[in-house]
Amino acid sequence: MIGLGNERPLLAAQGLSKWYGRQLGCRDISFQVHEGEVLAVVGESGSGKSTLLQLLSTQLEPSAGRICYCMRDGITRDLAALSEAERRFLFRTDWGYVHQDPPLGLRMAVSAGANVGERLMAVGWRNYRRIRTTAVDWLDRVEIDSRRIDETPRTYSGGMRQRLQIARNLVTNPRLVFMDEPTGGLDVSVQARLLDLLRGIVAELGLAAVVVTHDLAVARLLSHRIMVMKGGEVIESGLTDQVLDDPREPYTQLLVSSVLPP
Amino acid sequence: MNAPAYNFAYLDEQSKRMIRRAILKAIAVPGYQVPFASREMPMPYGWGTGGVQVTAAILGPHDSLKVIDQGSDDTTNAVSIRKFFAKTAGVQTTTSTLKATVIQTRHRIPETPLREGQVLVFQVPIPEPLRFLEPRETETRRMHALADYGLMHVKLYEDIAQHGRIATTYAYPVKVEERYVMDPSPTPKFDNPKMHDCPALQLFGAGREKRIYAIPPYSNVVSLDFEDHPFERYRHDGKCALCGAVDSFLDELIMDDHGRRMFMCSDTEYCETRRALGNGAQGFSKATEAAPA
Ligand SMILES: Nc1ncnc2c1ncn2[C@@H]1O[C@H](COP(=O)(O)OP(=O)(O)OP(=O)(O)O)[C@@H](O)[C@H]1O
Ligand SMILES: [Mg+2]
Repeated sequence: MIGLGNERPLLAAQGLSKWYGRQLGCRDISFQVHEGEVLAVVGESGSGKSTLLQLLSTQLEPSAGRICYCMRDGITRDLAALSEAERRFLFRTDWGYVHQDPPLGLRMAVSAGANVGERLMAVGWRNYRRIRTTAVDWLDRVEIDSRRIDETPRTYSGGMRQRLQIARNLVTNPRLVFMDEPTGGLDVSVQARLLDLLRGIVAELGLAAVVVTHDLAVARLLSHRIMVMKGGEVIESGLTDQVLDDPREPYTQLLVSSVLPP
Repeated sequence: MNAPAYNFAYLDEQSKRMIRRAILKAIAVPGYQVPFASREMPMPYGWGTGGVQVTAAILGPHDSLKVIDQGSDDTTNAVSIRKFFAKTAGVQTTTSTLKATVIQTRHRIPETPLREGQVLVFQVPIPEPLRFLEPRETETRRMHALADYGLMHVKLYEDIAQHGRIATTYAYPVKVEERYVMDPSPTPKFDNPKMHDCPALQLFGAGREKRIYAIPPYSNVVSLDFEDHPFERYRHDGKCALCGAVDSFLDELIMDDHGRRMFMCSDTEYCETRRALGNGAQGFSKATEAAPA
């Protein structure tokens, strides 16, 4: 396994498997993510990418294997052993989850400001001015005109919704963000702008991220390391540039040659 | 006369025991919504069947029952429920807040301070304070279990963002004993402070939604707010045209097409008692001249 350093990993998965009844979701997956590191998970449709992401973020229970996470206090814990309250707390402070479909990750019926402020209120912020100022600041950072702070995301374009979702997730300064096809479903030009923005923010905040994508260009631009999945298993992994420039597995070679422009 | 075809206070003993168990649980976990097997009552849901079942379960032959609807003892709803229990339980009924041992209410808490030994029974249409933003029952239940109440402040935030202040005036959410967030039923927020440290037992019954919850006597009840937008009581800035009260919750009456209006105590018994004590209509002419809102 290639790591960026030899300090303790932020997240470590060991032998993760998921069966949906007799249908395999993913099998025997092990890897680590270190602080500030972006890991891309690529593979064709049905290869188990979303399954893996849901396992990591404890939204699904693994059939086998375990996930350890280094909490803010420096203590590494088995996620399965956390209480639901502790898991929720992780979710609204230390983690983010960006859905491919923004309505799944937003409250469409409340204003953009409230969408960004929700996590702050959930962790006990009780000063309206401060919450609002912080929301304005985050809308600026994701390049949403803060004069539109009181509008609901229903009036936003797809790209704006996705950026709002990102702001809503990052407002508590999480250390780890999960993203499922963050640029999926967007126009190519909108995708490029979002990617640029994501790359800037991730680098600036020193975020660790696990990004699921079937778009190798996204992986290339955002990630340090990459895992290639096929049929529920990881068939190749390594530094992104190395894997994409010099793929060892025939399947990865196929992926790279068919998708990436020369 | 033949023996009545129904049990004391209409409900059979089995159902009453079931409801009492729910009430005891509700008292043990203040502010927590206890599910119960709501029974059919001989009246439509909008009439407060939840409150009626709670009253039926706690009423004894020596109780004295008062029923109010929007503060009034005289609306059809209040009169029917009072008659219902006079007939099915043979209990005394009263309009006096002081004398009543059980008070069933819709939308108000009486102005006369409640005392130990009294029970205030609220009729509740929608017991779930989080319903507004989270329609999924499984999710709201989990939020309560984990005291995950950020969403409640999202609602207040939206209020301020849209209106410049917390515009919620009815069913203003409270936190009970620093644990459960609770909907006080559609009472005006003017009544919220009365729930705090109240010597009487407060019970809430939602018939259609099959929930009972409670505030035991002398509980800590806090209205949710922000540091820079603190909870504020609200009443019309005026005087009761009938008794001159300046401290009671007022109903507004539009007098004519020119927007002339007058105010009257919403709590009719409070108003009558004050008048009986010699407080007069000195505020009448002034109130009728109040400017349009
Ligand atoms: N809830 C489920 N019940 C049964 N099978 C499922 C379920 N979710 C996923 N699967 C199956 O598990 C396998 C992996 O699915 P997964 O959604 O993880 O793939 P993916 O790589 O995210 O695909 P895509 O790129 O299309 O999103 C597939 O065969 C899929 O049909
Ligand atoms: Mg997927």
